[in-house]
Amino acid sequence: MSEEQIKNLEVQFEARIARDEKIEPKDWMPEKYRKTHIRQMSQHAHSEIVGMLPEGNWITRAPSLRRKVALLAKVQDEAGHGLYLYSACETLGISRDELYDQLHSGKAKYSSIFNYPTVTWADMGAVGWLVDGAAIINQVPLCNTSYGPYARAMVRVCKEESFHQRQGFEIMMKLANGTPEQKELAQDALNRWWWPSLMMLGPTDAESIHTEQSMKWKLKRKSNDDLRQQFIDQTVPQAELIGLTIPDPDLKWNEERQSYDFGEINWDEFWQVVKGHGPMNKERMKARVGAWEEGEWVRDAAMAHAEKKQARKQKQAI
Amino acid sequence: MKQNLYNYILGIADNSLILGQRLGELTGHGPSLETDIACTNISLDLFGQVRSYFQYAAKIAGDNRTEDDIAMLRKEREYVNVLLVEQPNRDFAYTMARQFLFDIYHLLFLQELEKSKDLTLSAIATKSIKEVSYHERFSGDWIKRLGDGTEVSKAKMQDAIDGLWTYTDELFHQTEADKAMVAEGIGVDVTKLKETYYKKVNEILEEATLEIPESKWFQKGGKEGIHTEHLGYLLAELQYMQRAYPNMEW
Amino acid sequence: MSDKKNWPLWEIFVRSKNGLEHRHFGSLHAADAEMALENARDVYTRRNEGVSIWVVESKNITASNPEHNGEMFEPAQDKVYRHPTFYDLPDEVKHM
Repeated sequence: MSEEQIKNLEVQFEARIARDEKIEPKDWMPEKYRKTHIRQMSQHAHSEIVGMLPEGNWITRAPSLRRKVALLAKVQDEAGHGLYLYSACETLGISRDELYDQLHSGKAKYSSIFNYPTVTWADMGAVGWLVDGAAIINQVPLCNTSYGPYARAMVRVCKEESFHQRQGFEIMMKLANGTPEQKELAQDALNRWWWPSLMMLGPTDAESIHTEQSMKWKLKRKSNDDLRQQFIDQTVPQAELIGLTIPDPDLKWNEERQSYDFGEINWDEFWQVVKGHGPMNKERMKARVGAWEEGEWVRDAAMAHAEKKQARKQKQAI
Repeated sequence: MKQNLYNYILGIADNSLILGQRLGELTGHGPSLETDIACTNISLDLFGQVRSYFQYAAKIAGDNRTEDDIAMLRKEREYVNVLLVEQPNRDFAYTMARQFLFDIYHLLFLQELEKSKDLTLSAIATKSIKEVSYHERFSGDWIKRLGDGTEVSKAKMQDAIDGLWTYTDELFHQTEADKAMVAEGIGVDVTKLKETYYKKVNEILEEATLEIPESKWFQKGGKEGIHTEHLGYLLAELQYMQRAYPNMEW
Repeated sequence: MSDKKNWPLWEIFVRSKNGLEHRHFGSLHAADAEMALENARDVYTRRNEGVSIWVVESKNITASNPEHNGEMFEPAQDKVYRHPTFYDLPDEVKHM
């Protein structure tokens, strides 16, 4: 194809998206669109499966059977969400194995928040309430994104995700209304997870590199700073409702903006964690790579068995 | 309180509790995402059953203890699960072999329990049969896949079956509570399940091209609360929160 | 990447309840059809979403090429006589 023809296709392509048409896997698309989508969807998928680890950490120690089944179901959902997203990614011509390779070799990123440790049971509450809360804010607009398979995966994810945040908040509420010791657990967890949750919504708009293109392709509908403000505005009253204090001395209602003003985010910490120096980066990768490598003989065996079975079937047919 | 009935329920429920807990350890670490999700499903089924049993046991005990107190606040000698289910997740072959050796028993057991004169137990059995039929198929399929897969998988699966075989006979031992409940038409006579059990197990092992272990030496003790050293650590995790923060609601 | 064989991809179709058609739900990996069915059950019907599942290995699906959409689908656009509104009838005619 000549440069002119490609240019032409690109113009038509952008026009389709602007008209709110969906793009499907076999449609022509600019290479950059494909790459950007593989990157974002796989990052999202990786975040789901790495995100299983900090919460999986408390499954065996959940304080009650009711909490245990809820947590199991939640972590299982995350595996499901990872799977939906990897599948959506695969429609763009990259295999799950290749995507895993990118994760395991450190080439692909995942949400930095999962590089913090879950230290106490209250962290199950904080993660559900804050981390899933921030995730939902990010995810709901993606149900309308331009790439069909991604949008459909997100519809499913959002539908299932709705119990996660409630589950987390319920844990926090129970602790906050419990004994002083329990309330302290809750406050401590909020103190540790608040700032990382704000960072989770991404660098400030001034430092964010992909925003403009992503807006056009509906991979992003609002800027990071807007999402962050939305998250803070909706979360602060929830904390107040259960009598917990947001660990930010500069947090103040701004009557004029009808929003909360908040303190400086420690972006150095954010970039440190992104670069791999968070408290749990190495552990998380070790766990993922370990599961994958230890599972190799199992996957090989299943494949070998399937082939033997197929061969036997064919022999019988002759 | 109906002590025998109470003890009898614990005997059933502890198996699901301990096996569910073992499977829960694996969530996030499975050999593939799909398998991970499937194993968690089995764990969830088992914990669902556990809750029904312990809620019933709590009602019988009638001393204000909850399902969680019964599940998490007994001492190591008071857990009466079979040794089989507490064996650790050495690798995926062990996990599936343990599951398979228990599932075959579990389904046979529930099919009899469904006929119990105790309507609560019978109802729990009816619901659980559907779940456990699926578990049995799932683990049986994996025995075949790994047994008749590669050389590596065959060796691992054979090793797992050989290692766990010694814990199978205990499934068919009768406790005092068992005997009393059988006499009342409430409990299942597990001794009568043995023949069918080994027949079904052997069929699948053969299909999986695995050797049927010949050893006639069997371990026992779980049903009397004398466990392998593995159980203590499992309980330490299971009970941690209830022990560290006693008398609180979660 | 090594040339070893990975679990192939399967497309999953689920009937939500009797009376409805099977609908494409998504895809997953499995070594064979039985495993694909089992995995589909655990992945796509955890919340009681289905009463029947079909699995088809993705490579067995033949898809039309969107580049041929013009010749494939546009010719149907002006065949208005296939639709009931093409035909003029007096208002007095009922039940037609």
